Amino acid sequence: MEHIPENTHIHRDDEASKIGMWLFIFTEMLLFGGLFIVYSIYRYLHPVAFELAADELDVAAGTINTVILLISSMTIAMSVSAIQKGDRKKTLMFLGATLFLALMFLVNKYFEWGSKISHGLYPGSDSLHELGHGDTLFFGLYYFMTGLHALHIIIGVVLIATVMYRVYKSRVREDKYALLENTGLYWHLVDLIWIFLFPLFYLVT
Amino acid sequence: MDNNGKPHIVPYKNHIAVLAVLLILTALSVAVTSIELGPLTVTVALLLATAKALVVLIYFMHLKFDNIIYSIMVAFVMFSIISIIVITFLDYLFR
Repeated sequence: MEHIPENTHIHRDDEASKIGMWLFIFTEMLLFGGLFIVYSIYRYLHPVAFELAADELDVAAGTINTVILLISSMTIAMSVSAIQKGDRKKTLMFLGATLFLALMFLVNKYFEWGSKISHGLYPGSDSLHELGHGDTLFFGLYYFMTGLHALHIIIGVVLIATVMYRVYKSRVREDKYALLENTGLYWHLVDLIWIFLFPLFYLVT
Repeated sequence: MDNNGKPHIVPYKNHIAVLAVLLILTALSVAVTSIELGPLTVTVALLLATAKALVVLIYFMHLKFDNIIYSIMVAFVMFSIISIIVITFLDYLFR
């Protein structure tokens, strides 16, 4: 790239930062990919227990969270379109909607986990111990994988809030929005992981 | 790099159309898995999930509009994960 504009004082490479974000996303895909292998092998070894245990999960709660995450993916994609158009107000509006949906996801998850725990279904509980090996594995994986995913949602909430502040302060703007774009990529990754978690834990019974 | 100067701006209505496709695929996977299909259920659910993942990658994550190198990298990573799953299962099925 020999055409460097004369007004460039500080070195900035948005393309490189995006490639860096993608490389991070690949490590995340491999992390969850490994967990999916653990899940599928244990499902193969304990087919009946996994089917019965998956029946315990609330399909409605899972579906609502799927819809919430899909909509939030759209709103953050829209916020990227908005900043490219230079529309700061709409960018903030779409980011705010994404933040709200992320919190809704966590509230839903709280009630879902809460009802499972009140039924005595949590790692190390007596009722899980009585149900046997397969159920223990299923719920162990359920809490670990949805928990790790929820941790990613919480990190996403912090990231989106940071971007909102920077957009508000015009530090992220029409000609400098790599942070927003990368936050968008991260948020889509969180959506991507849930797209596979949802059928494997809630639907395949 | 063709996307260095002017970024490709996706119109709002395109995002809404992508969401509609994703919601239809979700409704379809919930409906299909509620029917008793036996071992086919897992296959159908995973195929629909893969279709949804591809829609998110291509449209929301801008692979369609970005440099081809991103798509090549994503394809390579997906190929690696699928290979590891297949090899692990070959081990478990034939040991």
